[in-house]
Amino acid sequence: MANAISTLPDQQLAVLNDTYRKAVARKRLKVTLAAVVFFAALIVAAIGAEVNLRTLFSYFGNFVSYFDRIFTLEDGTRVWTNFGEWFWGWQKWLKMLGETILISYVGTLAGAVLAFVLNFFAAQNTSPAPWLRFVIRRLLEFARTVPGIVFALIFVIAFGLGPMGGVLAIAVHSAGALGKLFSEIVENADMKPVEGVRSTGASWLSCMRFAVLPQVTAGYASYALLRFEINVREASVMGFVGAGGIGQELVVAIRKFYYSDVSAILVTIIVTVFVIDITTGWLRGKLFGTEARA
Amino acid sequence: MSQLPKPDTGALRTKYPDVFDRPASARLAMPATILAAFAIFVFGLVDLDFSPAKLMSGLSQLGWITVMMIPPDPGSSLPAYLAALGETLSIALLGTTLAAVAALPVSLLAARNIVPSNLLRFPVRRFLDSIRGVDTLIWALVWINVVGLGPFAGVLAIALSDFGAFGKLFSEAIEAADRKQVEGIRAAGGNALHEIRFGLMPQVLPVIAGQVLYFIESNTRSATIIGIVGAGGIGLQLAEQIRVLEWQKVSFLILMILVAVAAIDWISGKLRFAIIGQRALA
Repeated sequence: MANAISTLPDQQLAVLNDTYRKAVARKRLKVTLAAVVFFAALIVAAIGAEVNLRTLFSYFGNFVSYFDRIFTLEDGTRVWTNFGEWFWGWQKWLKMLGETILISYVGTLAGAVLAFVLNFFAAQNTSPAPWLRFVIRRLLEFARTVPGIVFALIFVIAFGLGPMGGVLAIAVHSAGALGKLFSEIVENADMKPVEGVRSTGASWLSCMRFAVLPQVTAGYASYALLRFEINVREASVMGFVGAGGIGQELVVAIRKFYYSDVSAILVTIIVTVFVIDITTGWLRGKLFGTEARA
Repeated sequence: MSQLPKPDTGALRTKYPDVFDRPASARLAMPATILAAFAIFVFGLVDLDFSPAKLMSGLSQLGWITVMMIPPDPGSSLPAYLAALGETLSIALLGTTLAAVAALPVSLLAARNIVPSNLLRFPVRRFLDSIRGVDTLIWALVWINVVGLGPFAGVLAIALSDFGAFGKLFSEAIEAADRKQVEGIRAAGGNALHEIRFGLMPQVLPVIAGQVLYFIESNTRSATIIGIVGAGGIGLQLAEQIRVLEWQKVSFLILMILVAVAAIDWISGKLRFAIIGQRALA
């Protein structure tokens, strides 16, 4: 049994071994260099971000005990022993939660409609003029790169405190994000139906309506639902800057150290996000088959 | 001009009954959905205090603000802004790295092919889901309560919320790995740790590296906003300048953010391409 493996002649083996070692050494050198650069960047970053490991270790206990405190009621018992006391403000919170969901719904729909109108001008294969495409693309890029909450900060000053600023901020940001995704779907659409419709003498608008739209609607709806999911999370923090929703309650609870309120509101938000994730996931799967989920 | 023959509608109608006589439920489903969506939209507008007058006055305010923003001008605070931008990039880099390092072992626990027991995997997954369900800004507020105001709270906030995301993504990458290499290691006499180190990691690491780079990119965006609640970086400057209505500085800061994000996108795109090669394009 032991003599089953045959070996190459030494001379040939030496050459092969040599090449192998060289290849490995080159790869190792590359990896080491990359690691050195990465760690140097980390150290520079750590100095820049005022990272202090001693602070972290001495405060990590605080982080754990913070969670201990937010799950304790004022009388010292655990929150889940007394649901009535834990969720004492449930009527107010549910109302704010409803407002949050409504903000994200209205914002997503407005953003999706805006993206829908703009995306045909941004897609390479359907845009009527190159300069228009360039302008619309830069506009969408701007809208999606500036974070939603920055828009909210500015809109709150322009439109006054309240959910209106939040809705508009979400609408603008979603329009930017969805506009790009929508135009990518259009770029992947089959152009033969467009040629067919155009050969009958149809206008640009009719081409879009009867040749492109039937191909892309499912993709649009799928992305819009996904965006709605993201926007619910986003809307839950819009209240931090005064743009409505449950964030307002949360920021007050955190800043004023109303510990059990913090956990109650957090649990409410997490459960809502779960439910919406699952619902939209199911909806997307049902409407467009499993491949649209990816 | 020759006349096209008139189609025989009656014959077509009997030949394709599905097309011509769809049941009312099928024909009405689409308009009903659109109508319902629109009704909720209108209800939302009313409930959220939208009014044309408010919208118009807000838009004119916004137009005025935009005019005030031109030209962007940092005033005398350019060095401070550059430092803040550096801080933001540091927060993104450190937070993402910390999250990736912490998430790797946990993701092994959440992967079906490593931990077959549902009993252990299920709580780990729900735990990661709960962390992801909370926005980074909320984590930033919590960390500020724990370690105080400043960029360090931002690093920890990004690390924590990415920890949830990475745990899920990594475990999916591990589950998608090819079983054969692992079996090969076992056949050669390797133990469970050898299987992970030599069978799984070489397959999974490039995917993970790509995801980490992508997150550094997206965290640059997140890191710009956590300053709004006081967790350091350029967001702090931005929120302050917006509150004192220094619009020229605001527009300058927004431009800085846009340029920085574009630069990071470009760099990480190149790096991702170098690490996972052609697959990065997919």
